[in-house]
Amino acid sequence: MSQIGSTEPWGEAPRRNLSDRSESGDAAAQQDRTPALAALGVSKRFGVVRALDNVTLAARAGQILALVGENGAGKSTLVRIFEGVYRPDQGTLAADGVQQTLRSPADAHALGIRVIHQEPDIVPDLSIAENLFLGDFRRIHGLFLDRADLKRRARDLLGEFGLENDLSPWTRAGNLSPAQRQLMEIMRALRRGLKVLALDEPTSSLTEDEAQRLFRVVRRLRDDGVGIIYISHRMREVRDLADRIAVLRDGRLVDERPTVEFPEAEVVQAMVGRPIADLYERGSRRRGEIALSVRGLTTTRVHDVSFDVRSGEVVGLAGLIGAGRSELAEAIFGHDRALAGSVAVAGRSVRLRSPADAIAAGVGFAPEDRKSQALLLLRSVKDNISLAIPDLISRFDFINEGGERRIAGALVDRLRIRTPSLDASVANLSGGNQQKVVLGRWLARRPKVLILDEPTRGVDVGAKAEIYRLIAELAAEGLALLVVSSEMPELLGLADRILVMAGGRVVAEMPREQASEERILSLAMADNLTKSATVQ
Amino acid sequence: MESVANAADRPVRRSGLVGLVERVGTHNFSLLIALAALVAIFGFLRPDVFFLLRNILNIGQAIAILGILATAQTIVIISGGLDISVGAVVGLSTVCIALAVGWTGSPALSILFGVAVGAIAGLVNGLIITVGRINAVIATLGTMAVFRGVAFIISNGQSISIFDPAFRFIGDGKMLGLPVTILVLVIVVAIFFVLMRYTITGRNIYAIGGNPVVARLAGLNVRAYQIGIYTLSGATAGLAGMLLAARTGSGQPISGSEGLELEAITAAVLGGCALTGGKGTIIGGLLGVLIIGVLDNGLILTSVPTFFQMVAKGVLLIAAVIIAEQQARRYG
Repeated sequence: MSQIGSTEPWGEAPRRNLSDRSESGDAAAQQDRTPALAALGVSKRFGVVRALDNVTLAARAGQILALVGENGAGKSTLVRIFEGVYRPDQGTLAADGVQQTLRSPADAHALGIRVIHQEPDIVPDLSIAENLFLGDFRRIHGLFLDRADLKRRARDLLGEFGLENDLSPWTRAGNLSPAQRQLMEIMRALRRGLKVLALDEPTSSLTEDEAQRLFRVVRRLRDDGVGIIYISHRMREVRDLADRIAVLRDGRLVDERPTVEFPEAEVVQAMVGRPIADLYERGSRRRGEIALSVRGLTTTRVHDVSFDVRSGEVVGLAGLIGAGRSELAEAIFGHDRALAGSVAVAGRSVRLRSPADAIAAGVGFAPEDRKSQALLLLRSVKDNISLAIPDLISRFDFINEGGERRIAGALVDRLRIRTPSLDASVANLSGGNQQKVVLGRWLARRPKVLILDEPTRGVDVGAKAEIYRLIAELAAEGLALLVVSSEMPELLGLADRILVMAGGRVVAEMPREQASEERILSLAMADNLTKSATVQ
Repeated sequence: MESVANAADRPVRRSGLVGLVERVGTHNFSLLIALAALVAIFGFLRPDVFFLLRNILNIGQAIAILGILATAQTIVIISGGLDISVGAVVGLSTVCIALAVGWTGSPALSILFGVAVGAIAGLVNGLIITVGRINAVIATLGTMAVFRGVAFIISNGQSISIFDPAFRFIGDGKMLGLPVTILVLVIVVAIFFVLMRYTITGRNIYAIGGNPVVARLAGLNVRAYQIGIYTLSGATAGLAGMLLAARTGSGQPISGSEGLELEAITAAVLGGCALTGGKGTIIGGLLGVLIIGVLDNGLILTSVPTFFQMVAKGVLLIAAVIIAEQQARRYG
């Protein structure tokens, strides 16, 4: 099957007969060919943005359909339409072959359609059991909560997932790990005749091990006849899990095939609309003097960490969630109070009382969570870029708007930030362009050291490649970079040297040539296992 | 890619009505329409009085104190805070000024004293909120009672008359054909406007209100800004106390307690401030005050009983916020 170009008209898409599309090699589809849930020619606009354009797509019972696409391709909009949050401007939905109009999530729930969002909605101060059956409590004498019944039902449900020994029904939900919360969301979805389950990037905050556990549950649900819609940026898990892959681009369905007939390169190409060259161009790098030197740095969550980063070098920081990587980055930047140890930039010791001190010493930091830690969502692209350079754009506190525009405009050009104008609200940009705005903020300061925490989280493939190229470029220009990432291929591709963290300590350091995913993972988890064994 | 090319260019200035609305801001534009509507209604009902210069200056004098407080409150709210103690600070300031006029006989020194007392009160607020890490509403609710109490203590609960003619001139005199109170309002609003629109300080106040974590990670000293903002709010309340003392010719511990702080917050919110911070404009705050002023004036001219005026104001605020919310949802 050939790649379908973006120019091909899809006007006749709704007329396709969906049930004829299942391939013979598709074992799961043979069990049940009725689309459990289908979008028929669905379009949706938000103002001038066409979020979905005539999309026809079906989730079949007993099958896992992966929905992939860059950010802004329309995946989340489609899921919200399935969930009854949005109503399509054109087109309809059909559940089990019957046309439906969903006015609210309650309508979707009544049809057995459930969506698990990236961030699970739980009430942290209620117990697992109460969270699971919220809105479905049974009462004694129509008044008192039947706690025995609640406990029994919760334990049955936990048992179904093999968690009855790990978790008590009365455990406070707020104490659960991210993976356990995801599982709890799924359990909650399960209790009333589940037909279709959509998962929106469920693994973005899970560890490898937790993700595997989630996959087992998802596969079991599929085998039980549930139709699964699985949204993810992670190509490997999509390929492991999905029976079929559908690609959305710019609101249109550009391709849909069984996984076995859809090689990864073609999926990526369909997502981006063009072939992607080698993601990690390294170019020539020359290591210079030591730019960042950390000695015995200790905070409440980081213990006795020492390492150096030379200018022109990219050092990767690997580890599981909770290993203390972000905490280390924040401590170096002065955001978290250091209890002991020292940080020196270009040979000069820095007294870190606040980020302002680190910035003055020549350090920049792009934090993990762009929206809550890096961006002023109410402000423009220009204001966000110039936030850290007040000294360069003002005289006697008065803003030199011309100078500000020149600096911000030059960075927009250099980083290829796609924005309607410098005055456009940063909230309306895609994840990749938002990240570039954050990078622009620091490049405007011409730092000596740049710390990037998960620089490509929530960033689409095309922008990812650009950010990688930029990192390589900056290293070649002599910047010292410290990159925290949970994506192994990214670390292995970008870094000259990799530090592995576990339990708040740096447990290993290795040059790139000696690093492999397996080695890093075993180092990162070895400590985790011993630690959790002693804790629990 | 095509959009990258023009990104560095000057901002796109569209002509005609769309361009005008864009430059003024949709919210301020709606406020202007609301103001025009009110003017048209009352002008139609009382054409004999409403448009007289005397009446217009009346409106200006009536809103001068509120205008100063509301624009200062606008800055506090943009920074993500709230200052409920300003009414009490106004009262405290009138008492301090009245006493100081008696002691020194110098209006200038007395005014300076009143503003300084206000600034100290604001500094106390700022320190409690930042160092004590206490929610601004709770903190200023507490200090409101404290400041009011102090005003009663030092005045013995009595009204203190001011006889100094130079000082009284501020209350009822004119300069350049304009009442002095209106001149003070215009100067204060102009300073605040420039501060919030053209300076790094103003830009940073929007930033810390928008997201204090982001501001801190970009190198801003968030606490120092907060302390400064509450001090400014207190000093401005002290200045408003000066106007009130001059108008009434006395220092009264009870003055400023007729819900001045709530009216100031009302005007700021009417003017487009989000109580979550990071959003709002000085011009919006001023328009909010003007709307309240015209409404008050018009309701009096059309002989609407006082109690009904209160209801009208409350309804206006809620209606305005509902409309603003819907606009925000539509245009994001």
